[in-house]
Amino acid sequence: MNKLCGRALPRVLFVLFTAAISVFCGTKSHAQTADIHVTIGYLERIVPPPPVLSNLDPVPEDEGIQGARLGVADNATTGKFLGQKFELVEASAESDDAFLAAGAGLLGQTPFLIVDAPAELLLALSRLPEAEHAILFNISAADTSLRSESCSANILHTIPSRAMLADALSQFAVKKRWTRWAIISGDRPSDQLFAEALRNSAMKFRLELVGEKTWKFDADMRRSAGSEVPLFTQDFPDHDLLVVADEANDFGRYVPYNTWLPRPVGGSEGITPSGWSASVEEFGAAQLQSRFREMASRGMRAVDYVGWLAARAIGEAVTRTGNADAGALRDYLLSDEFQLAGFKGRPLTFRKWNGQMRQPIPLTHPHAVVLQAPVEGFLHRRNELDTLGLDYRESGCSAFGYRE
Amino acid sequence: MTRHIVVGLGLLLAASVTSAGSAWAGGGEVWVSNEKDDTVSVIDVDTLEVTRTIEVGERPRGITFSNDHSILYLCASDSDAVQVIDPDSGKILHNLPSGEDPEQFILHPDNRHLYIANEDDAITTVVDVETRKVISQIDVGVEPEGMAVSPDGKIVITTSETTNMAHWIDTVSQKIFANTLVDQRPRHAEFTGDGKELWVSTEIGGTISVFDVASRAEKAKIRFEITGIHPDRIQPVGFKMTDDERYVFVALGPANQVAVVDRETYQPIDYIQVGRRAWHMAFTGDQKLLFVTNGVSGDVTVIDVESQKPVKTIKVGRFPWGATWRPGK
Repeated sequence: MNKLCGRALPRVLFVLFTAAISVFCGTKSHAQTADIHVTIGYLERIVPPPPVLSNLDPVPEDEGIQGARLGVADNATTGKFLGQKFELVEASAESDDAFLAAGAGLLGQTPFLIVDAPAELLLALSRLPEAEHAILFNISAADTSLRSESCSANILHTIPSRAMLADALSQFAVKKRWTRWAIISGDRPSDQLFAEALRNSAMKFRLELVGEKTWKFDADMRRSAGSEVPLFTQDFPDHDLLVVADEANDFGRYVPYNTWLPRPVGGSEGITPSGWSASVEEFGAAQLQSRFREMASRGMRAVDYVGWLAARAIGEAVTRTGNADAGALRDYLLSDEFQLAGFKGRPLTFRKWNGQMRQPIPLTHPHAVVLQAPVEGFLHRRNELDTLGLDYRESGCSAFGYRE
Repeated sequence: MTRHIVVGLGLLLAASVTSAGSAWAGGGEVWVSNEKDDTVSVIDVDTLEVTRTIEVGERPRGITFSNDHSILYLCASDSDAVQVIDPDSGKILHNLPSGEDPEQFILHPDNRHLYIANEDDAITTVVDVETRKVISQIDVGVEPEGMAVSPDGKIVITTSETTNMAHWIDTVSQKIFANTLVDQRPRHAEFTGDGKELWVSTEIGGTISVFDVASRAEKAKIRFEITGIHPDRIQPVGFKMTDDERYVFVALGPANQVAVVDRETYQPIDYIQVGRRAWHMAFTGDQKLLFVTNGVSGDVTVIDVESQKPVKTIKVGRFPWGATWRPGK
């Protein structure tokens, strides 16, 4: 199946990508029901990445979609033994209006949509009449508010929230006793949201914030980082960890080794919490990495991984229930029955109060995993994964109608 | 300090094992594949010491002897080959074609056909070890791993980790004739000695499914519970059954325990502390000792089957994966 996906397919509006399925197996499992055909939509709002100082590490244009393609191909391989077919229909748009129109179009074909779009646009999509009984899988908006007061019952999140990422870093810092933090954040709104998540997390885990500054320089840091970062960090009080909130990877790369004090760096640079990174290899992850690389000709990134998770969650629910009805699948996905193996060593499940997928958060640098959160010793009465991000009592989400 | 006491105790117990000698240890050797050292460690069962370390191909995992124990077969996963090794000299005789990334395999009772799981390619490859040719490749689910053959040789099982199935292969037609769903991430499969049951472990599901082979219906599901260890960390992987049909020993991965399951009640009755990330295991021929590979701690725990107690920990290479036994001369 992987090979059928081919190398990076051209990205055009309404590419129809069919996961070709060859039913070769003579006898179906006795346990399974009649043939089922499941269409999964993939909808992207094309947002050009913001300008950054370095030309290294460009964001691939097919980020996200390649993960969904692999997930649908995996579903199709499983499905061929059960008489279940899976197909991915892709659409993308360069304006908000076109995005919503494309979304309405896709929702006419399928109730299952994997969405790569900013938070406010995702919410607009979720409010379309066509989306009322749909399941939208959020794979790119890390906004914690979407798991709280702005939540929507028809959105499930496979991408970790910023709160989950920040909590993972905090747990690591507690374990290392690097409890005094200084924060440098970019001035883009997403950086400010990450900085806010870091502040909240520091409070939750009783870390001490000794200083915080916003990076507003516009000089070309490739030439001057050596002289500017020491001055910029010179007036921070002594700290154990210098935390960088720079989601576009703009200035953060110039911080390590240029600081006034010799201090480790974490956050968007240095030791980095994420849903996935190319350096994850434990728990069989090396297999997923190599299958992805073979298909996409590049390493698997965090958005690819959560795209894969979304496609696999649908596939798993269809395979287990023998049903492709959106309502039945939503109930199953949010039930205790559902669990997904996601190459992170623990079964992945959805939080019933806000639709967030529980998952371990690897803390990595470019060449290795340093640690995976939840860090040993952080306990929870329900599930240790709920020490990351918004627990039931922290979430202001009531749309899911869940009560403890 | 605690660690030293435990090690000391282990040595004491080991000394008693050694003094008891081969009379109850059965003699012979246990061969262990070291996934991240590209070596095989050979443990002398009488002395419980590593006597030889043999360099092999890249990322050795599945390991098994021919029926007469004269030949060792080894999956060298990253070399994309099954290596054929003379166990006396430790020399690699030749490589068999195996398909890409062979992880696990099973030797058919005919002593001639190896069924190999090709993890990266969603294929089971069948190789004739005499002609050294691939005679069949069978499409299976995503990431095939566990391999088992029925005692009568009629059925081969491949389990696939991401598809979460046991695929039932007819060894005459070399085709799949049934698929059965199991929990998340199946890892290992074994038939019972009478061929009436198939057991499949699932790592992330945390269960073992027991199938009635005739009807292929699931007749039992075994779950594990250990006080003080979160259920998510209890991950059954390799397991072996005693010939007296009483017990099944199950490696529980990062729980660092081996469970003892009662064959009659399908209930775990005891847990044995072993090293970190218990993975696969091998009995000695007389089934008096059980050798369990511990991937993360890089050692092998020797369990006395009768008392169900660990008796020694033996340091081997990095990430020991599989183990297999051969009798002494």
